[in-house]
Formats: sequence, structure tokens, C-alpha cells
Amino acid sequence: MSGTGGTPYAPHTDGETAAMLSAIGVDDEEALFDIPDAVAFDGEFGIEPRSEREIRAECSRIFARNDDLTEFLGRGHYGHYVPSVVDHLADRAEFLTSYTQYQPEVSQGFLQALFEYQSMLVELTGLPVANCSMYDAATALGEAATLADRVRSTSGDVVLVPDHLREAKRAVLSNYCAGADLTVESYPMVDGNADVDALADRAGDDVVMVYAENPTVRGCIEERLAAIGDLAADADALFALGSDPVSLSVLEEPASVGADVVVGEAGALGLPTAYGMGLGIFACSDEFLRQVPGRLVGVGEDAAGDRAFTLTLQTREQHIRKERATSNICTNQAWVALRAAIHAATLGPDGLVDLANDCVREAAALADRIDESSGATAPVHDRHHVREFAVRVDQPAAAIAEDLEAEGFAVHAIDEHLLQVCVTDLNAGRTDDLVAAFEEVI
Amino acid sequence: MIHDQADYAREDDDVHEPLLSEKDETTVDVREASPLPDDLTREELTLPAPSEPEIARHYTRLSQMTWAIDSGPYPLGSCTMKYNPKFTEDVAADPNAAIHPDRSARSAQGNLELQYRLQEFLGEIGGMDAVTLQPPAGAAGEFTGIAVAKAYHEHHGNDRSEVVIPASAHGTNFATAAMAGYDVVELPSGDDGRVDVEALEAAVGDDTAALMLTNPNTVGLFERDITEIAEIVHDAGGLLYYDGANLNALLGRGRPGDMGFDVMHYNVHKTFATPHGGGGPGAGPVGVVDELAEFLPAPRVREAEEGSGYEPFEPDNTIGKVHGFGGNWLVLVKTYAYIARLGDEGLADAAAKAVLNANYLAERLDLDVPYGPFHHEFAATAGDRDAADVAKRMLDFGVHPPTTKWPEMVPEAMLTEPTEIEGQSSLDDLSEAFNLAYADSDEALDAAPNRTAASRIDQVAAARDPQLSWQALDGE
Repeated sequence: MSGTGGTPYAPHTDGETAAMLSAIGVDDEEALFDIPDAVAFDGEFGIEPRSEREIRAECSRIFARNDDLTEFLGRGHYGHYVPSVVDHLADRAEFLTSYTQYQPEVSQGFLQALFEYQSMLVELTGLPVANCSMYDAATALGEAATLADRVRSTSGDVVLVPDHLREAKRAVLSNYCAGADLTVESYPMVDGNADVDALADRAGDDVVMVYAENPTVRGCIEERLAAIGDLAADADALFALGSDPVSLSVLEEPASVGADVVVGEAGALGLPTAYGMGLGIFACSDEFLRQVPGRLVGVGEDAAGDRAFTLTLQTREQHIRKERATSNICTNQAWVALRAAIHAATLGPDGLVDLANDCVREAAALADRIDESSGATAPVHDRHHVREFAVRVDQPAAAIAEDLEAEGFAVHAIDEHLLQVCVTDLNAGRTDDLVAAFEEVI
Repeated sequence: MIHDQADYAREDDDVHEPLLSEKDETTVDVREASPLPDDLTREELTLPAPSEPEIARHYTRLSQMTWAIDSGPYPLGSCTMKYNPKFTEDVAADPNAAIHPDRSARSAQGNLELQYRLQEFLGEIGGMDAVTLQPPAGAAGEFTGIAVAKAYHEHHGNDRSEVVIPASAHGTNFATAAMAGYDVVELPSGDDGRVDVEALEAAVGDDTAALMLTNPNTVGLFERDITEIAEIVHDAGGLLYYDGANLNALLGRGRPGDMGFDVMHYNVHKTFATPHGGGGPGAGPVGVVDELAEFLPAPRVREAEEGSGYEPFEPDNTIGKVHGFGGNWLVLVKTYAYIARLGDEGLADAAAKAVLNANYLAERLDLDVPYGPFHHEFAATAGDRDAADVAKRMLDFGVHPPTTKWPEMVPEAMLTEPTEIEGQSSLDDLSEAFNLAYADSDEALDAAPNRTAASRIDQVAAARDPQLSWQALDGE
């Protein structure tokens, strides 16, 4: 390392630097920069370098300013217990510090892991094609809409989404739609499910995609998916279904209800609660294989005749197809997909189904207890739920949420008199205390 | 030079490491196990259920068949593979930071403070007035930046339909402009490899929404006419977009904001050493000048009044959201830790050593480098050899090859970016790998690689008959 102040991550000694400069034929490093004086920067950022120890202490101090709350929060970002084996294997430097697999001969391991991830999603969705990942559920939904625009020959430009949809997800979708001249419209809900009759009235030639979620953002299991699939098909619209891999391990298989595309959030596996960081699912039918956004791993053979893995169908992608690419996405969430696959392998199908069933039972049990003991109404929608449910309170919901926070609990306030509560294996041990807090504040 | 990569070939069925599904398949009767009515559930679920020791061996073997920056040199031009400091993982793993994004601002002050500090760091480094951390990758940053530019034009009643992009630009630029609904005007490179100013003048006009530019460009050349370029674009009413892929070369010596750029994205992997994880997660924060700040995605973070901490806020004419939540949080934490570790002098030194290394390596190569003076990367030409074949041969020598056959303005290009993390002896080894492969026989090149886990893979055949899951293999 050169004298003080240099990057600690360059190995050059002063002697080596001098020898290298001499080999190039210049006197100093500055001579290598071809930046006109008029635009050269000679100021300071004012960023003091710190030691590792100092930064860890500084960030630890900063993060300690987050309140120590027990979170009953969901609405698209879910925490489940992540087994230690996931961290330890995914953190192997060969995985963490590799790049996209442009040279497949030296990248067989990561390619196989991604191929296995794709295969797990094929099993969970029933659809034959799943990509390596999108950024998150919202951007995956946006990509589904632009796919619909490319593959549907109708003159339509409307994407229909449920009225119960995370507002941020709708906002992301709108940004993807804007570039394709698509517009987003909502269809109404009846008691937590799609109003299929209203949807049937609305679905017509101008609709390119119908989107539904199972479970919905309020945790309701959507009970008439096949009917939604049928009316989308009748309108020659794509049927896109949003879900997550834990729910998919017990809920109706998307392919069996006519889903053309499955999007959603797979970060429920492999990722701890991470302030919204996610893992977007994108799966679809064979028909759209050459229109899929993002990366795909396929099987081929090497020169020795052995099975080998490689990124495939790359002519869809931006580095070859440029403005005619299916999307601009390149870097995705590959390492998070690896984590999800390891987590799924660790659980196995028994463990996945048990986890999903617990999410159903715990939500029902907690809703009942809040309903019985506190004077609040839960669940608001008389449905089966996964993980989460809405709670109606007579008082302003925001004030109740604030009072619960003072008791050490975080819940969502989603409307003037509606709260939402999410229970998973991480917080199920604190439900007695949450119920007591509800009694206290209501 | 010889390097054998770990391989677990099983000769009886011609596979390397068997798939998880070939080790175990377990079927669960979902309806028997579920508390839900049958009509709401699937019938069964079939997935592997390996034991933990089997999982540990499986993924360890897979890792050993994966090249990484911790394995050795990885000089992929424009991809910027540099060492990822280990301590940043520990900073990001702080359990106090692992909170839900829907928490109230008052209960999430720590995460908001870190976001605010990182916005400030990035603003300083890029010379930008306002920053959003939300875009989850560089390409998402491009999309955000162009959407912001579009919102700006629409707000001012300007209907502009074109984005101008040099031919040598990253493929994402073209795809981004198209995704945002713009027509792409491709600008041919000048004879010196840079933007041809006369061609630019001819290309921009009333329809120009923006010029997207990488500087230094994709063969490492600084656009010396940047001031004039900015004037031409601005005079036409367009905006200047900076693709941050090559910012590593400029740290501490030039800021996009000082060069006339209005909007930029930062590639935190390429500039601030966050791990690439085999294809993400990344982060692509976007910085803008004051005039564009009101259009940035919501929320951003600011200091609350009267020293009461930090608060999220919605810019007045925000484009809304580009990620369902706040982007790739864990990556952003690592970015902060890296910048704080290096500080002003460390960042400037990283750029200096990256440029020094590229120039030293080029000096030692037997291959020609047609354009210069370059900075952090250069495009050598393999001449009458096939660049892809030379690259495959390099794999046998224990190095990762450069990016090949791109950019197209250099025939049989080998776009090489050693970054600041290689020392002199490592660069000497790397140059030897280049030179040996370049001089090797046609037969040797055709047969390469042969010391890697897999030998040469027929990618064309794989694409002709795509098999994308273990279910597809079973169906044969």
C-alpha cells in the first residue's frame, strides 16, 4: 500500500508504483489523466476516511437509533426465520464475489444453482418458464405489463389491477406502463376478493392484462381465480397472478387457474426482513419464451459431452438487442435467488407446506383473539387468510397504531379505521402480548 | 501457467454435480396437511428434501465450480470487478437495521439517517444537488433518470421524442430509452473514438429529450469536448445524462455535475465495491441538478426541522416509485461503509491506481490497443485471431478473460479493466495469460478451455432447444 490516505484495497508499494509508471513512461499518475482543466475537480468531498473498527461502531450507533419494536408488518415484505446454513453457504466468496456468468465454463456452479432456483419456481407455479429473478414484485409486475403489450395483438392499452393493491406497487407499474402507452385501472373488490361480476363487465377488447393477487395485499385468499383467468382469456388479455413461494406451496397452482404469467415476491425465502429489499419472481408459459425479460439459465453440453449450464436466449437482452430488447434489466437479484433456493432446499416440500399452513393457522387464531378480546373487528374480510388480515377499529387507525407503537408493537394503518396485522414464525411468540396491547389501547 | 478448476465429473451419466432433484424428490399431499378447503389448495408439491449435510456439500461444490474476484483476476471491461471489502458484510448484517420498510419514520431514525448520509456522500462525489437511492440496479437507475428527464420536459410543456446515444454506449442505454417510450438516435463514433461534435450538432434538435453519455467512454477515453457537447445539448433544450458505469476512473478528479451533466446514475458495484453476487443485487442511485430534484422518486430523506432527526418526503412533482419499497437496502449500507472507509484520498487513489493498472497492463500486452489515451479500461484488438477463442484459452491460465467483441468500433475487441486491486505481479501474470493465449495455435484455441469444470459449451445449441428446468430435462 502506498503512503497514508491511499485506498487500503490496492496492493501497490511505492516502489511498485514507481516501476509501473516508469514502464509506462510517465512521471506520475496525474499524467495518465486526460481531463481538461476546465472540468477537472480540485475540491474536496469532505469525507474523512475511517478505520473498519470506526465504521462498524459508527453504523452500529446509527442503527441503534431504530426503535426496538416487535413488528407485525407485511403487505408485500415478509420476514420468516432464515436458517443459518443459508447465510453460511451463500456467503461463500465464490458466490458473493462473482459476476454474471458470461464465461459459463468457469461458472458452472452458480449457473446450476440458478437453474435449480428456476426449477423450484416451475414446480411452485406450474408454468414451464421461470427467469433468474427480477428486482422485486413491483418491477416484475411492470415487466409483465410490457410483456402483455408486446404479445397481445389487441389494440387495447388498459391494465386492470385489483383495488386492494399496494399503492407503491401500482406507482411502479404506472412508470413501466407510461413508456408503453398503457394505462392502469382498478377493478373493485367485494369483501376482500375480486368483484368478478364487475371485472367481467369491464374486461373487453381494450384490456391487455388482468392482474390478481393470491393472497391479496390484505392477506385474503382469492377464491375465484379460475373465473378471473377465464374472463381474461375471453378478452384476449394476459392473466398475471401475484404470489410468493411460501403461499404457492399450498395455494392453487397458478397454471391450473389459467395464469399466463406469475410475478411476486420470493424474498419471503432466504432474505431476512431487509427494509424492503426483495426478489422478484417472473414465470410464464412457453408461448412467451422469447419475450421474457431478464436472464435465463439453460442446459447444454460441453465439448466432452457432459451436461453443462449456460445463460441462454441472450438475443432477447439489451447487450445484443439494444433498443429492441425485451427489457433493459441485466443485473437482477441472482444472489438473493441463490439464498431463496438454499432456504427452499433446507425446508423441503414438507417444511414449506408446514410453514404456509402455520401462516394460515396463526393468522386465523390471532384475528379471532383480537376480535374477541379488544372490541376491534378482525378479520375484516370473512375469508381465509395467509399471514395477515385487516382489523377495523372505531377510533382513528393511525392513532391506534401510534398507541401500539408506544407499547412496543408495529402494525399497519391502511385506512381511516383499518389496521393490518401480519403474523409469521418470527413474531408468533409475541401474539399474547400484542393482544394484550390491543386491549390496552382500544 | 496452469490452473485447474475444481470439477466433480461423474462419468456414468456425464454430469458434473448432480441436480438437487437428482439427489432427492419428495412429494407432499398438500390437501391432507392443509387447514384450508380443498378447492383453495393445490393437490401436491414435489421438491427436493436433502439433508443439511447434503445441502452443505452440494452448494460448496457448486461454489468451487464458480470463478469469483476472490479466485483471481477478473478484468471484465465495463463490469468493474474489484475486491469487495469483507467488513461491509458485517456492517450490513446489523440486526438493528433489519427492520420493515413500513415502519413509522419516528421508529426508523437509524435507517433514515444512513440513507440521508449516503445521499449526501453521493451528491458530493457526483457534483449533484439531489439524490435518490431507490433504483435497485444501474439499469433501473437509467430508467429512473430518463423518466425524470421526461417528467421535466412534460412539466415544461415540451413534447420531445428522441434520446441520442453514441454507438459505443452500453446496450442498456438504448433499451432504457425505448422502455421510457423514446425513439433512439444512434450517434456514430468519431475517428478518434469519441463523440463527433459535428455529428452531434446534426443529430440534436427540438425533438431531443436527452443525450446519454458515458465518460470516460467504453474504450476508456475521456470526452475532451464535454463542455461543447453540453452546450450543444442544452442549447437545443435537451438534458445531459451521465451513465455512471465508468465513474471509478474519475473519483476525485472530475465530477459529472461540473461537466454540465444534469442527471446521472451511480453503479455502486462498479464504483463502490459492493459485491455483484453473480448477477445482483445491485443499486443504481440517481443524482440530479436542482432543476430536476422535484421529479425524483418518492420518498427521499431529509433532515427534519429543529434537529428532530430525519424524515422521508415526497418531491413536489415526483415520478412516483421505481421499486416497491426503498431499493436494495443491504447493498446501500455496504456502499456507505466503503465510501466512509476510503474517504476523499482513498477514493482519489482508487481512481489513480485503476488508471495506472490499465496503462501498465496495456503496455505489457502483445495485442494492439487502437485508441488512447485511455483511463481505467482499454479495448485491445485480437487482430486476425477470434477474441472469443483467445478468451477461452485464457481461462486455462487461471485468469478470467476480458469482455470480448465489444464495443464494436474495435475489431475483435478485448475490453480490459483490471481495476485498482491488482498489484504489479498479478498484472504481470495477467499479461502473460493474454500473450500466451494470443500466440497459441489455432488448435489450442479451438480446444480451449480444458482445465475448467466444463470444457467449451455449445451455447448456440443450448439456445436452439431451450431446457430451462429439471422438469424439462425429465420430460425428454
